[in-house]
Amino acid sequence: MKEHLVIATRTTLVLLVLVSGIYPAIVWGIGQLAFRDAANGSLIVRDGRVVGSSLIAQPFTSARYFHPRPSAVDYNAQGSGGSNLGPTSQKLRDRIVADVRALQTTTRATNIPPDAVTTSASGLDPHISPEYALLQVPRVARARHLDEANLRALVRGHTEGRFLGVYGEPRVNVLQLNLALDALVSRDGARE
Amino acid sequence: MAFTKVALFFLLVAVTTKPIGLYMRRVFCGERTFLDPLAAPLERLIHRLAGIDAKREQSWQAYALAMLAFSMIGLVLTYALLRLQHVLPLNPDHLGAVGPDLAWNTAVSFTTNTDWQAYVGESTMSQLSQMAALAFHNFASAATGIAVAIAVIRGVARQRAATLGNFWVDLVRATLWILLPLSLVAAIVLLSQGVVQNFDTSTRVRTLEGATQAIAQGPVASQEAIKELGTNGGGFFNANSAHPYENPTPFTNLFEMFLILWIAAGLTYTLGSMTGKPRHGWAVFAAMSLLFLAMTSLGVAAEIRGNPLHHLGPNLEGKETRFGAADSALFASVTTAASCGAVNAMHDSFTPLGGFVPLANILLGEVVFGGAGAGLYGIFVFIILAVFIAGLMVGRTPEYLGKKIEAKDVKLAMLTVLIFALFVLAGSALATATNAGRSSISNAGPHGLSQMAYAYTSAAGNNGSAFAGLNANTRFYNIGLGLAMFFGRFFMIIPVLGIAGSLAAKKRIAESAGTFPVDGALFAILLAGVIVIVGALTYFPMLSLGPVVEHFVMQSGKVFG
Repeated sequence: MKEHLVIATRTTLVLLVLVSGIYPAIVWGIGQLAFRDAANGSLIVRDGRVVGSSLIAQPFTSARYFHPRPSAVDYNAQGSGGSNLGPTSQKLRDRIVADVRALQTTTRATNIPPDAVTTSASGLDPHISPEYALLQVPRVARARHLDEANLRALVRGHTEGRFLGVYGEPRVNVLQLNLALDALVSRDGARE
Repeated sequence: MAFTKVALFFLLVAVTTKPIGLYMRRVFCGERTFLDPLAAPLERLIHRLAGIDAKREQSWQAYALAMLAFSMIGLVLTYALLRLQHVLPLNPDHLGAVGPDLAWNTAVSFTTNTDWQAYVGESTMSQLSQMAALAFHNFASAATGIAVAIAVIRGVARQRAATLGNFWVDLVRATLWILLPLSLVAAIVLLSQGVVQNFDTSTRVRTLEGATQAIAQGPVASQEAIKELGTNGGGFFNANSAHPYENPTPFTNLFEMFLILWIAAGLTYTLGSMTGKPRHGWAVFAAMSLLFLAMTSLGVAAEIRGNPLHHLGPNLEGKETRFGAADSALFASVTTAASCGAVNAMHDSFTPLGGFVPLANILLGEVVFGGAGAGLYGIFVFIILAVFIAGLMVGRTPEYLGKKIEAKDVKLAMLTVLIFALFVLAGSALATATNAGRSSISNAGPHGLSQMAYAYTSAAGNNGSAFAGLNANTRFYNIGLGLAMFFGRFFMIIPVLGIAGSLAAKKRIAESAGTFPVDGALFAILLAGVIVIVGALTYFPMLSLGPVVEHFVMQSGKVFG
């Protein structure tokens, strides 16, 4: 056994250098050389300032912006997670019923898309469904004095489809949509 | 659409099984491969530095001892690194030392390829801990699993042999020829899609509405690749593969699922190829496929149908928009069919039947493809049981590829089945019977039982996924689940190596008219049947009281406060 332990210790140290030192360093090097933007977090810079990451949801509450899905961790990008409420949880059912009712009142829609009233797994879901985005168009249009048709076109332009037409679901990136929205407003000079 | 997702994914695994399986055979039989010019010099260097005598073969006992020694050194090293991370470098966010019971739990968890995580990664583990203490085991524990699987295959393939190979040689070969190069390629693919790889402190951003948001960063891509390929499952971030920095697109989701199953599927071909019975390898693959497709279809259908209490359609609570209900349920089935445990959605919030699938997949022994190596040596146990049962039915001494299966072999096979059941059932029972166990659950009613049962199932099965609402970072769970992971791993590997050693010593007898063939549809169905029957008989009461009762309760409209 002593001989095994000696070899085990030496093997561990050698492999440690290889798989925990050299390997991540090579991946880091390739990332910084070939995929600099992605490797550093897909950050978005506007007017010289980092305003967010296109992969991480940020909170939006103003009527002038499209809102992301609710987050169980309050969009804490240092502590991702979901609600972990089970299917027969009263808390979950009451929350969903209340949120659906509130949305139905403000939007006068009968069908509420499921992503609008459910928390995501990461709490940082950067996307919403196109249905939920379209549901928010009248509110944003009113707040910004914009034409609803223009906004619907903007949403359609920002809708990503399935991979190979099969995997994943159609979605809209909320931060990118809101950035486009801000750009749209300043171009038309219609700031309120 | 959902059917196409499952079918195309399965097809992808099926057509790539032979190439990787054949490659692994070449690697472990010392045949030439295209990586030799790079890997062979490195192998010689490592052998010299570590003092490995490549020519010396080991008996099954020596092989097992070497495996244990390597695992114990890794366990102690990880424990030490976690306890001392506050005084070690690469800790940009100045995180404190990890407490003793959590450090024990985490050290066992990563050493045993479980990657159960009772902590929040981004606020508990320094970058050094992530890379040296945790990611090291992603390679080490997966390479160990593959080595053991290869030793088992040699036990079947050899006759009148006293040895099963050399653990150290197999370990290094699994790392240099398989895990490292494939991880490197996979990491680059993930980088191209937006998985991060940096050593920054958290990025501070000023949001469009003027708030401040701190975004955790880290060397994720390198860890993500081996996390899936080595069926480890330990996420860099708390949300694991649901976090957009770990799994940013539907393509990476598909790619990660493929990585999880690839090596395990390939090893079925390696089994057939190294024993000279390719059709036997395919029969094992077929048995796994049968169970995989059945379980996956159930899970996907349940999540698409959604929760009737919410009247919303597909169940999206705890799921990401880019994956939706179907891709999340598919991932859940893949990660638990293999002993991976990475999650791209929160299993705790699945519908009762949707959550039944991952739980039942682990309870079946994670032999539906299974972990890297662990799946192959796991199904080996069921193969022994299947030929034993077939032998009983026709009244002949059971044989497996020309080897007589004797009482000792069957006893050892049953031992692994019973040890797993003991830790799952006794552990869950202890949790339900004590305040320390019950006080951690976050959902009332049958779902609370499922949370505790899932924890012990995941630990003993070395899976690592969770019904994550359970507060597992308590002394009770850290110590108890640590023990379940430890015994679930080593009391599986040691008896399995014992069977392999026993088979290797036997003489091969010629096939006769009375030999039960292990290469056709009949055998595949029998094997799948034995897996289901053993699982169902052992766990039916537990599954009934948890997810099954909850399903009917949900249908009747009842909720628990």
